[in-house]
Amino acid sequence: METKLALLLLLAPFIGFLINVFAGKKLSGNLPGILGTVAVATSFAVTLSFFLQVSSSKEPVMIDLFEWMQLKNFKVNIAFQLDQLSLLWLMFVTGIGTLIHMYSISYMHDDENVHKFFAYLNLFVFFMITLVMGSNLLIMFIGWEGVGLCSYLLIGFWYKNHDYNDAAKKAFIMNRIGDLGFLIGIFILGYLFHSLDYTDIRTAIESGKHIDPTWASIAALCLFIGACGKSAQIPLYTWLPDAMAGPTPVSALIHAATMVTAGIFMITRLNYLFDLAPEVQNIIAIVGAVTSLIAASIGLVQNDIKKVLAYSTVSQLGLMFLALGLGAYQIAVFHVITHAFFKACLFLGSGSVIHAMHGEQDMRYMGGLRKVMKVTFITFLISTLAISGLPPFSGFFSKDEILMTAFHHNKPLWVIGSVASIMTAFYMFRLLYLTFYKDFRGTEEQKKHLHESPGLITFPLIVLATLALVGGAISLPGNSWLNEYLAPVIAKQSEHHHMGTTEYMLMGVAIIGAFIGIGLAYAKYIKQSSVPGQDSEITGFAKVLYNKFYVDEIYTALIVKPIYALGSFFKNVTEAAISGLIFGLGKLANVLGTEGKTLQNGSIGFYLFAFVLGICSIIVYIFLAK
Amino acid sequence: MENILQQIGIENYIYLSTLLFCVGVFGVLFRRNAIVMFMSIEIMLNAVNLLLVAFSTYHQDAAGQVFVFFSMAVAAAEVAVGLAILVAIYRNLNNIDIDSLKKLKG
Repeated sequence: METKLALLLLLAPFIGFLINVFAGKKLSGNLPGILGTVAVATSFAVTLSFFLQVSSSKEPVMIDLFEWMQLKNFKVNIAFQLDQLSLLWLMFVTGIGTLIHMYSISYMHDDENVHKFFAYLNLFVFFMITLVMGSNLLIMFIGWEGVGLCSYLLIGFWYKNHDYNDAAKKAFIMNRIGDLGFLIGIFILGYLFHSLDYTDIRTAIESGKHIDPTWASIAALCLFIGACGKSAQIPLYTWLPDAMAGPTPVSALIHAATMVTAGIFMITRLNYLFDLAPEVQNIIAIVGAVTSLIAASIGLVQNDIKKVLAYSTVSQLGLMFLALGLGAYQIAVFHVITHAFFKACLFLGSGSVIHAMHGEQDMRYMGGLRKVMKVTFITFLISTLAISGLPPFSGFFSKDEILMTAFHHNKPLWVIGSVASIMTAFYMFRLLYLTFYKDFRGTEEQKKHLHESPGLITFPLIVLATLALVGGAISLPGNSWLNEYLAPVIAKQSEHHHMGTTEYMLMGVAIIGAFIGIGLAYAKYIKQSSVPGQDSEITGFAKVLYNKFYVDEIYTALIVKPIYALGSFFKNVTEAAISGLIFGLGKLANVLGTEGKTLQNGSIGFYLFAFVLGICSIIVYIFLAK
Repeated sequence: MENILQQIGIENYIYLSTLLFCVGVFGVLFRRNAIVMFMSIEIMLNAVNLLLVAFSTYHQDAAGQVFVFFSMAVAAAEVAVGLAILVAIYRNLNNIDIDSLKKLKG
């Protein structure tokens, strides 16, 4: 029974994908969307039943389907593991997935390829479930690659725009770099443990079996590189802002709530391995903190509503990695969940705005939308407050936990994280003020068409905003349901912060920081009513920020150009030599043929003569050879 | 049993067949009439057959003679096909001079 249910959970979106991809064109109207939504909702319902079962029994459900491969003492099974961690992930993947599918029915209504959109979206959910549910690293890798593929397909969904295709390729290639690291990490683990099964690896580590610490560290580092690619950390983060080329529901589902958290899932999954490699944990913490700061600073000056949210996502992911690096896995997971709620809500809200603005994404031409889009505005406001870290919204609790842990372990990282949080408050309120306050700055034509989005769009917004509001309840300071729930999957128990003066002071500092950010945004965009100038007017450091620290340009100069140069070297020199040889042989054969064909002149007498001459020469040769 | 080779030496057979073969070769090379060329080819074949038979006796091995029977059967078949071709050529060109057969090229 459990096996059947688990297969239903896994395969429902895949069946949705098959129907939509093969028969979707024939389905009329909203049918592909409804089908896709039902498929994911089915998964959600099954997940929910498993979730309730496991959270009460505390026994993970293990499903062993069949043996995949067997090599001497190394075996890989197709098996699934529904434990606390994977079910938690499945809950929000399928839950938010359902909401976003629902949203997309209305959002993608006019698109000619709507069935393809839902097919890809369902395929994505299928691979994400595979990634989360697998009980060994190889199955996770299948899902890992699959979600990368779907991300590529969906970023380039509007394939007629060349820039979008480039963005899709960039995302795919950057992910491949990370994937290589991940794959090497898997190989090393296979070599070290003769198994890729999470349980086996954990048992081996916990039984005190001697494991070469160097190799364990290298494996952890390689896995972290994989996580960097998928979860958009320095140096592989540049694909995520470009990935905003995809339709907005895609940005919400894949590039905010689910796929980009795969790296965090993987590290949390293998937390016992990362505990063996403190130096790698240090690297993770530093990379996370720096990413969060840099992305937040770039987000300060972006004008595209989705770009701001994209950099915000990178920055928040950085905070999660900071928590992972400090060994606070539960807190990272907590932030993943709250972030999934409020960031999905923000993206969907921005989609609602873009929908009303007929595709306009530049905040300089928005403004005053709160009067016409009440629901969107209120949900957006709640999520903005949540991401800015104001109590009692969910983001406050998770972010505060991360910063508190950072404060106890590493003060400089705490400072970086706090500065990033202040920046977050600033750019989010900048976004809010520019979009929803003051007067409308777009064209008259756009103004006439401004409208609140239909119920299918606003319903997910309301649900997500509610979750963003109350989501913090799953892990209140001092009384954390999440910590207890996750205890079986995390080897090292998290330290309980005693809620003393320091902790309350830190909370106060965080709240004051958020208010500083909000106040600055208020002073600039409400009091002074300033609107960001045109691209050419930006000067000084703001220009550096606006151009994203020229990271793309640096990558182009350092990596892309040399590779092109190498390519053109091979093309102009090596290929010329090889093709010269090949063409030379061809020409020789051609000349021989042209000359040789005159031998065939049609005169039988001549042929016979040649024939006899040939025999004579053979005879002479035979005699001479003797 | 008295061997015929003791009366006439093996080398004489070799000379004869070489001579016959050369006659055939030159006939093929220098005559233009297709039927004469055909006969020359037959002479060459028979020169070889003669040699085979001679060596068969010389080695006291009947295989050579058996082989000649096959060779003759094949030659008969070949003659039938060859003459048919010649008839066809004659019907098309009204002569059998091989110099008029210039169409045999690609």
